[in-house]
Amino acid sequence: MTLAATAGHPGFLSPTGVEIAFVLVGLATFGAALVTVTTKQLVHAALWLVVALGGIAVEYLLLTAEFIAWVQVLIYVGSIVVLLLFGLMLTRAPIGRSPDADSGNRWIALGVSVAAAATLVWVVVDAFRTTWIDLDGPAQGSTKASGEFLFRNWVLPFEALSVLLLAALVGAIVLSRKDRQDRQNRDGRQNGTSTTNGRGSGYGTSKPAGRGTGTQDRPAAHREDKS
Amino acid sequence: MHLAYPAVLAVLLFCTGLYGVLARRNAILVLMSVELMLNAVNLNLVAFDVWLRDALHSGQALTLFTIAIAAAEIGIGLAIVLAVYRNRGSSDVDRLRDTAETDAAEALPDAEDDEADPDAARGVTADQATAPAGKAKKAEATA
Amino acid sequence: MTTTTLAVLVPLLPFLGAAAGLLLGRTAPGFVRPLAVLPTLVAAVIAAVVAARLGGGRAIDAATQLTPTGSVPIDLALHLDGFAVLVAVLVGLVATCVQIYSTAYLKDDARYPSYAALVSLFTSAMLLVVYSGDLMVLLVGWEIMGICSYFLVGHYWETPEARTASLKAFLVTKLGDVPFLIGLFALAADTGTFRITGILAAVTNGGLDHPTLIALLLLAGVAGKSAQFPLHTWLPDAMAGPTPVSALIHAATMVAAGIYFVARLLPVFAASGAALVVLAVMAAVTMIGSGLAALAQDDIKRVLAYSTIGQLGYMSGALAVGDRGAAVFHLLSHGAFKAVLFLAAGVVIHAAGTNSLAAMSRMGGLAKRIPDAYWTMTVALLALAAIPPFAGFFSKEAVLVAAEHTAFGDRDIAPAAAGWTVLVAGLAAAVLTAAYATRLWLLTFRGRGPEAPDHGKQPVAMTSVLWVLAVPTIAFGLTTGVLTDWLDGHSLSPSLTTAVLSTGVGLVGGLVTYGAWRHTTALADRPPVGAVAAHPDAEPALVEAEAITSHTAAYGTIADAPDPSDPGRLLLGPLHRHAVTGFHLDALYTAVFVRPVGAAARLVRFLDRQVVDTYVRGSGSIARGLGTLIRRAQTGNVQTYLGALLAGTLVLAIAAVVLANVYAGA
Repeated sequence: MTLAATAGHPGFLSPTGVEIAFVLVGLATFGAALVTVTTKQLVHAALWLVVALGGIAVEYLLLTAEFIAWVQVLIYVGSIVVLLLFGLMLTRAPIGRSPDADSGNRWIALGVSVAAAATLVWVVVDAFRTTWIDLDGPAQGSTKASGEFLFRNWVLPFEALSVLLLAALVGAIVLSRKDRQDRQNRDGRQNGTSTTNGRGSGYGTSKPAGRGTGTQDRPAAHREDKS
Repeated sequence: MHLAYPAVLAVLLFCTGLYGVLARRNAILVLMSVELMLNAVNLNLVAFDVWLRDALHSGQALTLFTIAIAAAEIGIGLAIVLAVYRNRGSSDVDRLRDTAETDAAEALPDAEDDEADPDAARGVTADQATAPAGKAKKAEATA
Repeated sequence: MTTTTLAVLVPLLPFLGAAAGLLLGRTAPGFVRPLAVLPTLVAAVIAAVVAARLGGGRAIDAATQLTPTGSVPIDLALHLDGFAVLVAVLVGLVATCVQIYSTAYLKDDARYPSYAALVSLFTSAMLLVVYSGDLMVLLVGWEIMGICSYFLVGHYWETPEARTASLKAFLVTKLGDVPFLIGLFALAADTGTFRITGILAAVTNGGLDHPTLIALLLLAGVAGKSAQFPLHTWLPDAMAGPTPVSALIHAATMVAAGIYFVARLLPVFAASGAALVVLAVMAAVTMIGSGLAALAQDDIKRVLAYSTIGQLGYMSGALAVGDRGAAVFHLLSHGAFKAVLFLAAGVVIHAAGTNSLAAMSRMGGLAKRIPDAYWTMTVALLALAAIPPFAGFFSKEAVLVAAEHTAFGDRDIAPAAAGWTVLVAGLAAAVLTAAYATRLWLLTFRGRGPEAPDHGKQPVAMTSVLWVLAVPTIAFGLTTGVLTDWLDGHSLSPSLTTAVLSTGVGLVGGLVTYGAWRHTTALADRPPVGAVAAHPDAEPALVEAEAITSHTAAYGTIADAPDPSDPGRLLLGPLHRHAVTGFHLDALYTAVFVRPVGAAARLVRFLDRQVVDTYVRGSGSIARGLGTLIRRAQTGNVQTYLGALLAGTLVLAIAAVVLANVYAGA
C-alpha cells in the first residue's frame, strides 16, 4: 500500500473500472440520500433511504468488504427501514405530500451542512489526494475473514455488544409499556373520581388524537371536581 | 482505487444527514438522517480498514458494532418518538418546545398558586391535578 | 454612710425610679405615683443631708475609673462643693414639688406613667450634671436632659404646637450642643483631662492655649441650654408642654444647667476677656429683649417663659462679671420663685379655663376662687420684680453689686466694659421686669367682668406645694450671710446705691404699668374674647392642652391677642408688634436656616428620586432587557440549538485547520 502510494498511482483522469463503478454508485447513493432528506413525502423518504443504504452496501462490496455489505442489507434495509416505516405509520404520518415536512430553520441547516461539506471535502481531499487503496489480493472482508477476526480478536466486545442489545430491547419495551401502565392508572382514577368525563377508551386503543385530548381533558375534569 | 472517492462520498453523505437532522420536522425523518450519518461513518471505517490492511480489521469490526448499535438506537429512538407522540399528539421536533422561556410559561406557576386549594385534605389531589394542567397549558402555549 | 455614697444615691434614686416606672407603668398602675414621688423625695432629702454634711467646708472629690478610655481618661467622678450641693437641693426640692403637683395635674392622663418616669429621668440627669466631676459624665446628663425635654415638651403630641415645640427645643439645643461638644474636646485636648478639678488646676497654671475659642464654643452650648440670645427661641414655644414640665425646665433643671456649667468652669471663661464681654453682651441683649417681649405676650406661660430668659440673662451677667456666687445665688432664688410662678400659673389656667391674659382680664373674682395661687403668685411676682424683702431682691442685688464693682474697677476678674454693660442692662431690665410682673398680676387677678367659673376647690397636691415653695421665695434672701461661705466667699449683701436704684426703677416700672392699666381698663368693657377651654371641669392637664389649642384658633397666633385693654400695648407702642413675635427672630431663623435646609432637602430628594433612582431603575431595566433579548435564543427548538452548536463546531474546525496549515507553511 505504501509502495503504491509512493510509487505513484494512476491519476484521477485515468480511472479503473472499480473506480468508475464506485463513483457511479456513489452518485446514486448521494442522490438517494439527498432525496431522503428533502422529499415532502415521508414514506418516500423511507424508501429512498432504502436506496441510499443499498448503495452503501454496494460500495462495501466494491471495497471487498462483502460480509459487512450483507449485514448492511440485512439489518439496515431489512429491519431498520421496516422499523422506521412502522414508526411512520404509528405516528399517523400523512401519506402523500406534506408541505410542512421541513422546519423553519431549513436555511440555517443548509448553510451549516454545505459549509461543513466544503470544509470536510477540502480537508479530506487535501489529505488523501495521493492515497491509493490496493484492492488486489484476497478479499479483506469475506465472510471467512470476518468470522476469523471477529471471533478471534473481537470476541469480548462482541459479547458486550449483545448485552447492549439486550439492554436496548428492555429499554424499548419499558418505554413502550410505561405509558400504557400510566394510562391504566389514569383510567382507573378517572372512573373512580369523575363521572363527567365519560371517555370510555379501552386499554388497547392507540388513538393518539383521543389521547392528546385526554391529557388536556383530565385537569379540567379535576377542576370540576374541586368546584 | 483512490481513497479520496470513499472519503468524499462519506463526507457528502454525512453532511446530507446533517442537513436532514437540522432541517427535518418529523422526528422519524430525523432518525433516518441520523442513520445516514452513521452510514457515512461506516463507509469511512471500511474504506480506511481496507486501505490500511489492518491485521485485526478493527475498522470492519467497528463497522459491525456500529451497525448493531444503530439498530439498538433506532429501536430506542422509535420508542421515544412513539411515547412523545402519544403524550403530545405530535412528533414534530420543532413543536416540542417545553424548554422554551416564554411569558406564558413564566406566568404559569403564579396562576397555579392562585388556584391552589388551601384545604389540606384536598391538597394532594390539587397538586396532582394542577401539575399536568400546567403542562397542558404550556403545550397549548407552545403549539 | 459616707457623704460620697449618699451623693451617689442622689442621682441614682430618681434614675431607678424612672426605670421602675417605665417597666411597671402598664402592669402595676398602683405603683406609678409612689414610684414617681418617693425616689425624688428621698433624693431631695439626701441632697439636703449631703449639703448639711458638707456645710460649706472644702470640696469633696471622688472618682472611679470603670475602664481605660484612651489618651484622655473618663472618670466617674463626683465634685461636691457649695455650688453643687446647693443646686442639688434646689433641684431635688423643685422636682419633688413638681412630681407631687403632677399627680393631681395629670391625674387622668393615660400617659402619666411615662410622663412621671421621664420627669424622674430628667431630675436624675440634672442631678448628675450637678454632682459630676467629669465633663464627659456631665455631658451624658446634659444630653439626657435634652432628649427628656423633647419628650416632655411634646407630651400633648396630639396638638401641632406641642409637636413643633418639642422638635424646636430639641433642634435648637442641639444646635448649641455641637459646638459645646467640640469645645469640650478642645478643652480636654488643651488640659489633658476631663476632670473639672484637673481642668481648673491647668487653667490656674496657665495651661490653656486657646481660651477664647474654647470659651466661645462652650458658650454656644450654654446659650442653647440656658436659653440665652440668640438660641433662646425654643423656650417660649416649649410652653406647649404641661405646666409642671415648664416649672421643672425653667426653675431647676434644664436652663439652670447652662448657668451652672459656666459657674463650674468660670476660670476657663475668665481666662478670656473677650469671652466675658461676649457673655455680657449676650446677657444684656437677652435681658432687655426678653423683658420687652414678656410685656407683649398674651399667654400667661409665655410671659413667664420670657421672664425666665430675662432672669437667666441676669445670671449670665453675673457670670460675665466673674461673680459665680451671685449667679448661683440668683439661680437658687429664681428657681424657687419661678417654680411657684409656673405651678401657680397652672392652677390659674385650670381655674380660668384659659391661658390667655386677655381672657382672664375679662373675668372677675379669679383671686377669690384660688386664694392659694393668688397669694403665692403675688409673693413670687414681688420676688421677680426684686422688691425687698423677698428672695429675688437679694439675689438680683448681688448680681448688680458685682456688676457695679466690676464697672468701677473694684473687681478685676472681668473687663470694666462687661461690668457697665451688665449694670446698665440690668437696671433697664429691672424696670421691664417690674412692668411685666405688674401687668401679669393686674390682668390675671384684677380682671373685670363676669364671675370666673367655679370648678370647686383645687387639689391639695397642687396648692400645698405652692406654699412649700413660697417659703424660700420669701425667706431665702435672709440667708445671704450664711450663703457667703458656701459660694466662693464673696459678699452677697446688697449695697445701698444699687438697692435704692434698682428698687426705685422697679417701683417706677410697676407704677407706670398700673397707670397704663387704669388708663386702658376702660376699654375692656367689650364682649370677652375667646380662647376658653371646652371642658373646664376636666383634669388640669386637659384644660391646659385645650387652652393652648384654642388660643391659636381664637387669636390666630399663640403669642398675641387683639386686646386693646392690654397695658403692655400702650406701654410698648409701636414696639408691641415686634415684641410679640420675639423681635422676628423666628422669622429670621426661618429665612436663614429653615428655608435653606428645606431647599437642600428638596434638592437631595430630587437627586435621589430623579437621578440616583434613574440609575438604579436603569440597571434593572437594562438587565431585564438583556434578559429578554437573550431569552429569544431560548426557543425550545432543539434543532436550532443543534444548528448553532454545529455551526460553532464548524467554525472551530475551520480555524484549527487554517491555523494548522499556516503553521505548517511557516
